[in-house]
Amino acid sequence: MTAQLQIVVHRPVRVEGVGEGSEVAVSLSVPSDLGLVGDAVELAARYCDTGVLSPRRLRFNLRTALAEVLANAIVYGNRHDPTKLVRVEISCGREAVRIDVADDGLGFDPSGIPDPTEAENLERETGRGLFVLRHLVDQVEFNQRGNRVCLVLRAG
Amino acid sequence: MGFTLNKDPRGAVIVGVDGQLIVGNRQELKQKVLDALEGGTRRFVIDFTKTGYIDSSGLGVLVSLSKKVREQGGELRLAGLNEDLQTLFELTKLDTLFAIAKTPAEALAAF
Repeated sequence: MTAQLQIVVHRPVRVEGVGEGSEVAVSLSVPSDLGLVGDAVELAARYCDTGVLSPRRLRFNLRTALAEVLANAIVYGNRHDPTKLVRVEISCGREAVRIDVADDGLGFDPSGIPDPTEAENLERETGRGLFVLRHLVDQVEFNQRGNRVCLVLRAG
Repeated sequence: MGFTLNKDPRGAVIVGVDGQLIVGNRQELKQKVLDALEGGTRRFVIDFTKTGYIDSSGLGVLVSLSKKVREQGGELRLAGLNEDLQTLFELTKLDTLFAIAKTPAEALAAF
């Protein structure tokens, strides 16, 4: 049986860090299958369409950032293990959208990734994810183990 | 959503990316371009006019394809990037690796 996306929507809730009057919070469970990333991104983005982010940031920044963190969690965290889920928590408030993504992996050290814009790395196929992510959102924070990342996109 | 391939009268292949180019569909693009390369095509234009977003895996597959096409004496050009996608290529410095045209027609004319 193919694992499926599962989504739970809570509203209204109050979540710290996204401003008063949180309008929507969503929990999404994503099976560790790269083929589901596009659908998971569209599903999550639909619930973030509350007007707090501009249509352009919703279309590009949020979607690209979500695709990045989901792919990392599936590939490097859960190692494509179909029995493991990636857990996504999204909170949309009046001041920001906050996205928490956690996997069951051993984590990693984000400071150990080489600069992909250095000449010797430019033609490498991989290694740009974190660099791109940091330019797409206003805040990127990993937990100490490195298997949970929190992204914040401020309103606008 | 997906990829469309069209051949121009001079033999170049224009690949349209409809929707997104991400980790979940990059292999499909790779295979289509490699099949065309195998079939003798040497000039490629990847058209992003209808593309919403590209993740780092998508960027990676373009780098890899460009290299393979160059190794066969060909060239892969990009076209139709919106402002956000153009910025993505600039900040990753991949704009120095690819010839980027405003439109597919301009990319074809420059071959």
